[in-house]
Amino acid sequence: MPDKYRVAIVGSGPAGLSAAAHAAAQGLSHILIEKTDHLSDTIFKYQKGKHVMATPSNLVLRSDLDFDAGKREFILDTWDRQIEEHKVNVRLNAEVTAITGETGNFTIEMKGGDTIQAEAVVMAIGTQGNPNKLRTPGADMPHIQYQLDDPGEYFDEHITVVGSGDAGIENALGLAADPKQNNTVSILNRRAEFARAKAANVALLEEAERDGRINVCRETNPLEVREKEIVLETRDGQVTIPCDRIIARTGSQPPRGFVEGCGIEFTSEERSAFPKLTPSFETTKNGIHVIGALAGYPLIKHCMNQGYDVIEFLMGNDELKPADEPILAEKFAALPGNRSVDEWLEVFRNNIVILRELSPLQMRELMLDSDVAAFDEGDVIFVRNDPGSSMFAIAEGSVLVEVNPDDPSVTVPIGEGSIFGEVGLISGRRRGSTIRAAETTVTMELSRNAALKLLATAPSANRAVNRITIERQLLQMFGSGLTPDDVSELVEAAELVQVPAGKNVIDEGADDKDIFVIQQGSMIVEKNIGGNPIFLSYLPAGSYFGEMAVIDGSKRTATVKAAIKSEVVRFPGDAFMRLLDRNPKLRERALTDMASRRKVNAFVEERKESFSSAVDMYSSTAKFLVDNGLGEATDVLLIDESLCVGCDNCEKACADSHEGLSRLDREAGRTYAHLHVPTSCRHCEHPHCMADCPPNAIKRGPDGEVFIDETCIGCGNCQRNCPYGVIRMDPKPPKKPSLLSWLFFGAGPGPGEASYDWRKKTAEKKGLEQAKLAIKCDMCAGIDGGPACVRACPTGAAIRVAPEKFLTFTKLAEDVD
Amino acid sequence: MASKSDFAYAEQRRDTDHESFLSHKRMRWLKVSVAICLIVIVSYFLVDVEPRHNGGTWYGYTLGTIGAGLIIWLSILGIRKRNISEGRWSLKAWTSAHVYLGLALIVIGTMHTGFQLGWNVHTLAWALMMLVIISGIYGISVYAALPRALSTNKREMTRAQMVEALAAIDRQLETAAQPLDRKESDAVIAALDQDVFRAGFLARLTGKYPRCATKRALRAFPDGSINKAEEKVSSLLNRRTSQLGQIRRHMRYKALLEVWLFIHIPATIALIAALIAHIVSVFYYW
Ligand SMILES: Cc1cc2nc3c(=O)[nH]c(=O)nc-3n(C[C@H](O)[C@H](O)[C@H](O)COP(=O)(O)OP(=O)(O)OC[C@H]3O[C@@H](n4cnc5c(N)ncnc54)[C@H](O)[C@@H]3O)c2cc1C
Ligand code: HEM
Ligand code: SF4
Ligand code: SF4
Ligand code: SF4
Repeated sequence: MPDKYRVAIVGSGPAGLSAAAHAAAQGLSHILIEKTDHLSDTIFKYQKGKHVMATPSNLVLRSDLDFDAGKREFILDTWDRQIEEHKVNVRLNAEVTAITGETGNFTIEMKGGDTIQAEAVVMAIGTQGNPNKLRTPGADMPHIQYQLDDPGEYFDEHITVVGSGDAGIENALGLAADPKQNNTVSILNRRAEFARAKAANVALLEEAERDGRINVCRETNPLEVREKEIVLETRDGQVTIPCDRIIARTGSQPPRGFVEGCGIEFTSEERSAFPKLTPSFETTKNGIHVIGALAGYPLIKHCMNQGYDVIEFLMGNDELKPADEPILAEKFAALPGNRSVDEWLEVFRNNIVILRELSPLQMRELMLDSDVAAFDEGDVIFVRNDPGSSMFAIAEGSVLVEVNPDDPSVTVPIGEGSIFGEVGLISGRRRGSTIRAAETTVTMELSRNAALKLLATAPSANRAVNRITIERQLLQMFGSGLTPDDVSELVEAAELVQVPAGKNVIDEGADDKDIFVIQQGSMIVEKNIGGNPIFLSYLPAGSYFGEMAVIDGSKRTATVKAAIKSEVVRFPGDAFMRLLDRNPKLRERALTDMASRRKVNAFVEERKESFSSAVDMYSSTAKFLVDNGLGEATDVLLIDESLCVGCDNCEKACADSHEGLSRLDREAGRTYAHLHVPTSCRHCEHPHCMADCPPNAIKRGPDGEVFIDETCIGCGNCQRNCPYGVIRMDPKPPKKPSLLSWLFFGAGPGPGEASYDWRKKTAEKKGLEQAKLAIKCDMCAGIDGGPACVRACPTGAAIRVAPEKFLTFTKLAEDVD
Repeated sequence: MASKSDFAYAEQRRDTDHESFLSHKRMRWLKVSVAICLIVIVSYFLVDVEPRHNGGTWYGYTLGTIGAGLIIWLSILGIRKRNISEGRWSLKAWTSAHVYLGLALIVIGTMHTGFQLGWNVHTLAWALMMLVIISGIYGISVYAALPRALSTNKREMTRAQMVEALAAIDRQLETAAQPLDRKESDAVIAALDQDVFRAGFLARLTGKYPRCATKRALRAFPDGSINKAEEKVSSLLNRRTSQLGQIRRHMRYKALLEVWLFIHIPATIALIAALIAHIVSVFYYW
């Protein structure tokens, strides 16, 4: 063992392994340090037999290790073998706890006190982090574990699960699922409610509690862990229960603290930020490099390429082009001017104001998730009312915004370097106006994910986009005739307010005088009539409210509260009044809007006097729907159970239009007043499912649908993130015999989703790949005729609705049969 | 990127009217059907054919052709329902037209016969047609009446959840029955052993289960004279009864909603066969 290595590689995921293999191949003195007793822990922990994907397919693999799509076991075996063949110097069971020193002379400390010296460090520790450990006396006993791979493994034990999130609940349910295992399972929750877990999981847990299968201890903390016992602190004092095994699922600590502790800066305070990096992956601490998922590249292929690259850079190869160079070259090929990839990257970075802060590496990454296009004068870039959640930036040229839908000749220019389309990004709503190129123009279209990442990492970009958004939203909302100058006073005074779900923004009877614009989320308007809050109306993102009290100086006549977590912009009422005074036309508009809102309110109030029960029904139905996700939906399937005969033709039609799997569970879901919200995608304005998808496979399509494309790698993150449980993970079933051969000869399983057994057996017989991928409703995009569930319903029970149209008195109080 | 998608189109393809199949498009097909019936009835009395109205006159042929065409079209609903092809069709519109035009067949078919019924293949075809129609009338009456009851009975539970709830009660019963004496525990075991889903056709349709072992087991625990363990079992048996009740009502409503199709569809097939025999024989003996 040399006393100082040229490079120490921390973490043996695909990134670290590939780096170590290349170092070994190049004869560089190195050591690979891994916390666990095996290589590549993240992949090791995938479900057994998982099919691992090798996306993006157009990216070449540059590594001394092999990698192609295949079974988890095969990939891990290949790597184990090749790491041995390459004679890589590996040290297992060594968790790095600190890195100190300077470039050329680092000291790496490990748990247990051992140290290693190295000239350079490559950090490839991924993003999984460390599970939070119990901190009670006895927390180091061996019967405490922080993960549960197979709940079917344990028999006849007293098991205590600590933690009240989804992971803990799912573990507890798994351990108690089969009475034959004969486990006595208890779950501890510090609080009285299971607020952090999904409603569906909580319901299952409560059911298990009622059946006596799980012992649920609320407001209970572990006090001390002993051999075969655990001491608990409960509301009624200390209790000791038998306990053979403890499963602690109290979340995990992201690795950020450790990384910052090594002197490495991140791009911002946001949770989603990454370390600041140079093009050769060097951090702000010279000599320490970061690659892989921790650097923001969660796909295995990216990780492996970076492992190779970082070693090349360390060996002084400055000429190396990143492996994604050909992908970028292809993107830029469509642009005029014959510039090289680096030249184009610089043009975009220098010309577009919000990108100036980015490093060349970040710029590259952003570009991979973006599209570029060139337009001639007069070309349409997008059309009013197109759905779209991407944001555009102008690298060269300028565009014209058609501000008046009735007269395309009324336009407002947006110049080089600026952005447009940001409203779709921020509110998830359709495009507000048509935009044309004013001259020869080169644009960059940032996908929603890329744009959000940019806003999270570049604070100045965030501020700039916010300001522009507020200004444009005002101009758009109040119609033509206004100029940026008119609203500048309002924009200056604007304040962005985050509102948690259910919180009031305006209280009935109060006499504050602000007005609000909903930027994200939605609001419901309620009025207290006869002691009960009555639902008056629903306000989607892009609407304004609070103007009544400002205009006529009255007290607030209704309560406005957030239907879901929302973002509103608050403006002082007097500035708004001054704007009205200066613009008689706008004043007229505002008065008309106000009158029509008054009319709706008066209508409901009047009904309340004469048809009290109809209004109560309307009000409670509307609230039920909002509680079930309509407040953030753009398009949702409802089933009127006063018509539904339970034939399940809707599910069958869904399966038959989509490769044989139904994306809708008609029976499951909540029902109120015969209105049923089945388990099916709501196409949320800001889809939770998109948050954490390694290949960015979840997108919003041209009809507003949220869909998953073919790059899905089956990691299951989206399934965990969707609060409505509408995503399923299943392999694509084999093709069925045709309808006629079923009808006449009974061939195959018939219409609708084939049974699990049939799918599995037939796929095995045909030798088909059985990779589980995420599937969900895509609103039958690309299918002529529209959503099959609705077309195939014989009775008219299945309807698809947009919330702002459906949450109205006329719709909810109508009687259908 | 410019997208060509047109907002109005997108709206149209998403937005569906909240309207039942019976009132689809303000009863468009009811109106069509009433008009057809009126025309047929009025023309029947206006048209003077020799020697009298029957299937063999030009007027009879006309009605016969229309009727046979309608029957074929009505039968195709079974394929339309299962062939989820692309295109702007709606099964609701089809069902709506099916129901009202199917009813019009009573007039068309009967006027076609000229009321010349007898014991022959021709009248068999007419009778089968009437059977299909009558079963269809039963069908729409349950379609109109039962969904609300089905929905109310579900209390937001899926079928699988109802079965799971029953299994949960059974697990508790099994444990609770341990301390009981032989006779009582036999009654409980008999209740647990009875397969809930092996119900006869009649039981399913009526919702009456005279041989229900759970009810019988309850009789082993009369109110008043029972100890703590027995009380627990008896209350669990009561819960089991009510859970069984929900499942049985669910099965009953589903059965009532489907049973008529077991007449409607086979009778349709028989009708088509009889129709072919009827047409062939008419031309053969011409
Ligand atoms: C369920 C699931 C399925 C996925 N499927 C795919 C797929 O099909 N295709 C795909 O391309 N991507 C997939 N991904 C993403 C991919 O697995 C990860 O992004 C990738 O493994 C990241 O590689 P890495 O080398 O950066 O870090 P990791 O693979 O996370 O490896 C980090 C290693 O560092 C070790 N370590 C951590 N801290 C220390 C420390 N202090 N000292 C020493 N060692 C330490 C860890 O034990 C671990 O072995 C999936 C992810 C998940 C969760
Ligand atoms: C001779 C006339 C008729 C023929 C040949 C006919 C034939 C059919 C067929 C083949 C089906 C498809 C069943 C399936 O596959 O599930 C069907 C369904 C149906 N029919 Fe008829 N029918 C006739 C008349 C009627 C009439 C008069 C009514 C109502 C008054 C009616 C009501 C229905 C209904 C409600 C359905 C079920 C639709 C569904 O749930 O999908 N039918 N019929
Ligand atoms: S999958 Fe879930 S989170 Fe994603 S859009 Fe649909 S309902 Fe919303
Ligand atoms: S779509 Fe879902 S399962 Fe597929 S890669 Fe994205 S997050 Fe993972
Ligand atoms: S197709 Fe219509 S009637 Fe049949 S189960 Fe679905 S919603 Fe109910």
